[in-house]
Amino acid sequence: MATKSLLKRESELANKNRQLEILSNGIFQSGELPKFKDKISETNQFPLKARKLEILQINVGYMCNQVCEHCHVDAGPDRKEIMTRKTMMQCLEVIKNTGAHTLDLTGGAPEMNPDFRWFVEEASKAGIKDFIVRSNLTIIRANKKFHDLPEFFKKHNVHVVSSMPHWTRGKTDKQRGDGVFDKSIQALKDLNAIGYGIPDSNLRLDLVYNPSGAFLPGDQVALEKDFKKALLDDFGIHFHNLFAITNLPISRFLDYLIASENYEDYMYALVEAYNPVAVANVMCTNTLSVSWDGYLYDCDFNQMLELPVNSKVKHISDYNEELLEGREIVISQHCYGCTAGAGSSCQGSVA
Amino acid sequence: MTKTYYDPSDLKKFGKISEWNEELGAKFFDYYGKVFEEGHLTAREKSLIALAVAHTIQCPYCIDAYTGDGLQRGITKEEMMEALHVAGAIRGGASLVHGVQMMNKVNKLEM
Repeated sequence: MATKSLLKRESELANKNRQLEILSNGIFQSGELPKFKDKISETNQFPLKARKLEILQINVGYMCNQVCEHCHVDAGPDRKEIMTRKTMMQCLEVIKNTGAHTLDLTGGAPEMNPDFRWFVEEASKAGIKDFIVRSNLTIIRANKKFHDLPEFFKKHNVHVVSSMPHWTRGKTDKQRGDGVFDKSIQALKDLNAIGYGIPDSNLRLDLVYNPSGAFLPGDQVALEKDFKKALLDDFGIHFHNLFAITNLPISRFLDYLIASENYEDYMYALVEAYNPVAVANVMCTNTLSVSWDGYLYDCDFNQMLELPVNSKVKHISDYNEELLEGREIVISQHCYGCTAGAGSSCQGSVA
Repeated sequence: MTKTYYDPSDLKKFGKISEWNEELGAKFFDYYGKVFEEGHLTAREKSLIALAVAHTIQCPYCIDAYTGDGLQRGITKEEMMEALHVAGAIRGGASLVHGVQMMNKVNKLEM
């Protein structure tokens, strides 16, 4: 289990251009597999264009208490990219005026940003319908100062979305680190205790499932059923919905795919599972991703590949929702991850 | 011809068998698809049965396919191995239960 980010390890895959090169060379350059642009052109879906904004996703920093094997952010304790209060204030101006119905805070572990609580308090005043914080669960148990996070989330009516790769200890700890499963279970119990995730409760608690290896997620509904039964039977834990998310072949997951000699087979699996219906609903068409330093991207994955939005508006300080609507989405072969099978987004399946 | 009987990439071409007999191929794949739908047994249970049968008939394509299918469904390696032992027990049992035939024969022939 790695304890440092690719960046800290000075891995060549910490370089975004190297990742993009890999995704364009080899099987895609030789024509063995079609490039994403050509594939979506077959069904007249190129270029993908942004529709009306529904989800504003803000990444408040890459620092995290965990170093998960599959992390597309390459997050970890050694990452120092943290959103400043100045950028948060620029974001707040946008949050107050946006037409988006969902505000989605992510990281890293967003709670590790020193201004996180201030930002949540301020943002919650804007009255956005669905206010999500992506919490990795273990952060709640990591340090005493985080123990009251469930109460804090409740106070501000935050919708908690948390990662949970499996309902068994072995598979969870292998992906996310030793002890993660037990801490996550305790954190879920803490959240349940104050009403989060309980059937019919307005305090929403959803889980995110990522496959713990070089395979695609199964049917989201079936997985949700299995997760619910196992977590309830074994630990008395409730949650609302499960989002099954496909691992995209970038950053640490790409590093894993290459090191384990699974890269080509995985890309084949993604291309074979290509679903044009998922393309029609892919999340970049209704989402905007804001990086820790305020730059705008079509999605969190493009942010990590440093592929900025194709628009005159590049930064949150120049934000203009009308100008951003209709922009052409920036694509590469990693996009196959969102169009495989039932599709994948930060909100789970899309088809 | 390739130098080995099995090529993993042939699994992806399974559908091609219909090219030489479209009617029967279509009927087979339709049947196959229906068999694995959720019924009185869950799709998950059927996947584990398929994995155990795959090992019984020692079909490398099927082992490849249903190991991957199991992982996608969140089936653990412990569950997979238990399913294999069911296959192993039945295979072993099938040999040993014939021991009764052997014993009958010996008992009949020996003074």
